Amino acid sequence: MSRNLMKNKQFIGKGLIGELYKRKLLYAMMSVGIIWTLIFAYIPMAGLVVAFKKFNYTDGIFKSPWTGFDNFKFLFANKDLINITYNTVYINLLFILFSTAVSVILALLFVEIKSKVFKRVSQSIVILPYFISWAVVSMFLQGLIGDRGLINQLFAGLGMEKIMFYKEDTYWRAILVMLRIWQGAGFGTIIYIATITGFDTEIYEAARIDGANRFQLISKLTIPMLKTTIVMLTLMSIGGIFRGDFGMIYALIGDNSLLYRKTDVIDTYVYRALRQNSNLGFSTAVSFYQSTVGFVIVLASNWLTRKLDPDSALF
Amino acid sequence: MTMRDINQVKKIKKKKGADAIVLDTIVVLVISAFCLFCLIPFVMLVATSFETEINILREGYKLWPSQFTTKAYQMVFDAGQIGKAYGVTIFITIMGTLISMLVTIMLAYPLSINKIKYKTQVTFFIYFTMLFNGGLVPTYLLISKYLDMRNNIWVMIIPVLLNPWNMFMMKNFFRSIPEELSEAAYIDGAHDLQILRKVILPVSVPGLATIGLFYALGYWNQWYNAMLYIDHSSLYPLQYYIMNLTRSIDAIKEMARMTGQAIGSLPSNSIRMATTVVTIGPIIFIYPFVQKYFTSGIMVGSIKG
Repeated sequence: MSRNLMKNKQFIGKGLIGELYKRKLLYAMMSVGIIWTLIFAYIPMAGLVVAFKKFNYTDGIFKSPWTGFDNFKFLFANKDLINITYNTVYINLLFILFSTAVSVILALLFVEIKSKVFKRVSQSIVILPYFISWAVVSMFLQGLIGDRGLINQLFAGLGMEKIMFYKEDTYWRAILVMLRIWQGAGFGTIIYIATITGFDTEIYEAARIDGANRFQLISKLTIPMLKTTIVMLTLMSIGGIFRGDFGMIYALIGDNSLLYRKTDVIDTYVYRALRQNSNLGFSTAVSFYQSTVGFVIVLASNWLTRKLDPDSALF
Repeated sequence: MTMRDINQVKKIKKKKGADAIVLDTIVVLVISAFCLFCLIPFVMLVATSFETEINILREGYKLWPSQFTTKAYQMVFDAGQIGKAYGVTIFITIMGTLISMLVTIMLAYPLSINKIKYKTQVTFFIYFTMLFNGGLVPTYLLISKYLDMRNNIWVMIIPVLLNPWNMFMMKNFFRSIPEELSEAAYIDGAHDLQILRKVILPVSVPGLATIGLFYALGYWNQWYNAMLYIDHSSLYPLQYYIMNLTRSIDAIKEMARMTGQAIGSLPSNSIRMATTVVTIGPIIFIYPFVQKYFTSGIMVGSIKG
């Protein structure tokens, strides 16, 4: 067997062709995914050159005339840029902060539940919203904060004035954070619960013999041991801080321009620019800006992760 | 039950101190409150969908209908559009999940084998797309201008066929299978495809279920590509259909036309809620059976491989 292999190797050679030939089935299998990635991920990357062009549909991506940095000059002179950049980063930071906090707290409580039935039922309930699309959320949000919604009914009942949420941008970041917690915090507990249940039980046993009560076990043992996981997961999410959650924000805000000041993110801005179809070079320049800055942030967060804990680094 | 749970139970049986009582109370209260927070929107959806339109207009949305009616549901089913949207969604969910799984497995399996020489290069090639992308406009141009996929049902499947995240999770599943298994089959003269089919896949059922469910959920909840590339309402998937119902009066008008009613007399609020209930129904129904796969999937996927 091994001699046969040796012979083959000598015959075919060790280079690219040899390797491809020898494992042709495996490479053939991979080729589907590779070609797909080439078309749907790498061609659009090359398409970013539109940012340096005066785009028109007839000439397409590659034949449209170059304009150098005109689109970027236009972009950086645009006052929207600061607003959408700020919103993207700020809203994402709020999401990370609050989702993590709620997930960790819930996880700490979940592992303390004694009743198996209560544990299973409540866990199922808190994970359920993760399966609901933002289109559905936007539908029931009207029933919650709309003119005749539950919140305004509550306000009316308390003798307070109604709030026209859909006309007032003040509360929207808080609303987005609440919805994010509703949708993702329960799902986020899974990894923390698994981490906590994986901790060494002997340490807890020893602390208990030393007279620690359950609060002390949580604050002195569980939380400190959980810290690494929290830091690593947070760093990973920070890598994506420059990407707005289009699926969520567009589904909820849509084209309600009254709310843009507090909620418009880069991705929704690019989408509208594309739809208005005025200058695709410009909207591509926005994407270009987002992709490059986003890339630098991913690299930086990964670099930091690797410094803190090499095993958690993505690459 | 883990050792820790057992130990805790033992301890409780011995004596339940003040700390335990306080903590148990906090746990039950906070978790129950959060469960309530998660459930209220669902309760509101269902309650309002069974309420009469007059009561909604007069009193607002409900947590319990004061006058029970199924009129909104009759309207939704009479109009028939929801059936079409269901058809589209079921098609893209089933076809999409099957093809996605096929492509994912075919990429993930070779990448999980050590003897593949260009593993690192291919991994990087895929991985890079998670870090950097061309963004909306070039993708849009590619799909609508160069591939000419507008108003084609496959536009909701093909551009999202492969999810690198799921692929790497799948790879980690495969890596966790002991190499001796495939080694033995290899010595018996099986080729790689046979090994994958006869040895690897049968022992990866939990992993396949997890990834398959992630794909299925993604397809089921998709509206983004429909919004970008689909103009014909007969090709709208469920999620985009209800999104339109929220947004545009046109969708309501269309429904009025189909059911032969005046727009004014159409129970639009309860119809929206009823449509939403019909949309999320299958998810709520299937959810209890598949939940454990999501939970276990997160864990294996998070192991670096």
